[in-house]
Amino acid sequence: MSRWSLELVVDPIACDGRGVCAEMLPERIELDRWGYPIVDGDTIAPALIDHAERAVRACPTQALHLVERQC
Amino acid sequence: MSLTLSSDAKTAPQAGRRLLYGIAGGAPDPGLGTHMERWGELRPQRHLIDELEASGLVGHGGAWFPVSTKWRAVAAGGRRRPVVVANGAEGEPASKKDALLLSHAPHLVLDGLMLAGSALGAQQAIVYVPAGRIPLVEAAVAERRAHRLDPIAVEIAESADTFISGQESAVVNALSGRRGAIPGFVGLTSIRERGVGGRPTLVQNVETLAHVALIARFGAKWFRQVGTPDDPGTMLLTVHGPDGPMIVEAVLGTSLRKATGLRPEDVARSQGVLLGGYGGGWVTPATFENLQVCEKATRRAGAALGAGVVALLPPDVCPLAEMADVVRYMERQGAGQCGPCVHGLADLADAMERLAYGGASGPPPDRMLEICNLIERRGACRHPDGVARFVRTGLHVFSDEVTAHQRRGSCAKTHAARALPVADRTASRRLVSKA
Repeated sequence: MSRWSLELVVDPIACDGRGVCAEMLPERIELDRWGYPIVDGDTIAPALIDHAERAVRACPTQALHLVERQC
Repeated sequence: MSLTLSSDAKTAPQAGRRLLYGIAGGAPDPGLGTHMERWGELRPQRHLIDELEASGLVGHGGAWFPVSTKWRAVAAGGRRRPVVVANGAEGEPASKKDALLLSHAPHLVLDGLMLAGSALGAQQAIVYVPAGRIPLVEAAVAERRAHRLDPIAVEIAESADTFISGQESAVVNALSGRRGAIPGFVGLTSIRERGVGGRPTLVQNVETLAHVALIARFGAKWFRQVGTPDDPGTMLLTVHGPDGPMIVEAVLGTSLRKATGLRPEDVARSQGVLLGGYGGGWVTPATFENLQVCEKATRRAGAALGAGVVALLPPDVCPLAEMADVVRYMERQGAGQCGPCVHGLADLADAMERLAYGGASGPPPDRMLEICNLIERRGACRHPDGVARFVRTGLHVFSDEVTAHQRRGSCAKTHAARALPVADRTASRRLVSKA
C-alpha cells in the first residue's frame, strides 16, 4: 500500500533568508549562521501541518513549499 | 568530395580502445569519410533504449546516472515533443576529454545525438559547446547535411566559459534564453518533463553520446566485453601527470593507476591525487594505487571520479595554497543565487586563505569542516557539495601540512608556481615537476 506524506522544500534561489519560516515553525526549521533556513526531508507530523501551511503562505519570497511525496 | 557509405557494419574494436580507436597519436581527421570508414553506417535502431539498458551505460558528464533511465523519463515526460542536447560545455578547467572528442570524433557525438533524437521522437537537437569548438562542429554538421544523414536539423549553441555552464539546469536556462547559463531550482519539476522551452529535455554529455553511437552499431553485448558486470565499458580520463595533460580511455573496473599510465614512482612522489576535478576529492598516493576505475569505490574512498579528472599534486608545491586558490576560484564561479553557497564558499575561501597564506594560529580544520556540513545539499545545484568534498578530503589528505601551517603559518612552498589550473584556463600549466 502506498502512503503519502508531506515534507518541506526550500527553493534556495528564491530564499532571501528573511527567517519568517523559522519563527512560524520553530519545531522544524532553524536558521544557519547566515540566517538561511535548515530544512530536513522528514515527514511533517499531522499536528504541525497547519503551522507548516501558514509558514509556506507567510514566506515573503514564496521560497518555502509543502510537497506531497509517496513513501 | 567522394564518400563511400559502406553498408556493412565495420568490425567492432575488441580491446579497451573504443572512443579513441584510430584517433590517438596521429593527426586528427574529424571528417565524415574517415568516420564512415572507421565505424560504418548508422542504421536506425528500433529498440535502442532496451539495448542501452542492457549495456549498463551511465552518463560521463560527472553524475554516472544510468542513460536508459534518463531516456525513458524524457520519453514519458509529457505530450510535447522533446529536445535533445549534446552537452560539451566542459566547464571544469582540468577536464579536456570532451574537447578532444569534439575535435577528433565529432561525428560519433552527432551520431549519438541523432540516435537520441530518433529514439525519443525529438523535435529539436542542439549541440552546446564553447565558442572554440563551434567551427569544428559546424563543419561536421555541414558534411552530414550534404549527405542527408540526419533526420533532425542540428542547431549549435555557444556555452558560457564558466565552471557551472554545463550543469543540466544551467544548460536548459541558457538554451531557453532565460537568465544565462546559471542553474535553476528543479526541486518541484524535472528537466526531463519541463526543460528547454518547457519541453521534455534530454541533456547528455558528448562522451556519453559517443558511447551510444558505438552501442547502436555493435550492441550491448559488445559494450560489456570489457569492464565488469557492475561497471561495464570504458570511460575517458583527463590525466595530469609529469608529462602534461593527457586523455586516456580507461576500462572500467581495472586498476585506476595503470589505466592513467602514471608511473608508480611519480605517484609515490606526489603529495596527493585529485580525482573528479574541483567538485571531486583528494586521495593519498597509497589509496590511489589501490583504486579501480569505479565510481562506487572512489566514493567509498571519499572522492569521486565524476567526469574523469585525475591530477597528481607534485612534491614542490603547497597543497593548502593550491586548495585555497581553487576554493576562491569556485566561490567566484558560483552563480551567486543561493545563500548557503554564497556565504559558505566565501567563508571557506577566507579560511583556506588564512590557513595557506596567514601567520601562525590559522583557523582550525574543524571550523572549515563545520562550513562544509552547512553547505552540502543546500544549493539549487551541487556546486557547494563539490567544494565541500574537495575541502573535506584535502584537509584529511594534507593533514600534516594543515598542522604545520596552523603552528608556523605559511610554508616555503606557499609561493611556488601553482600546479592546478584555475584563473587562466587556456595556458598550459605544469601539474607535476619534471624533477
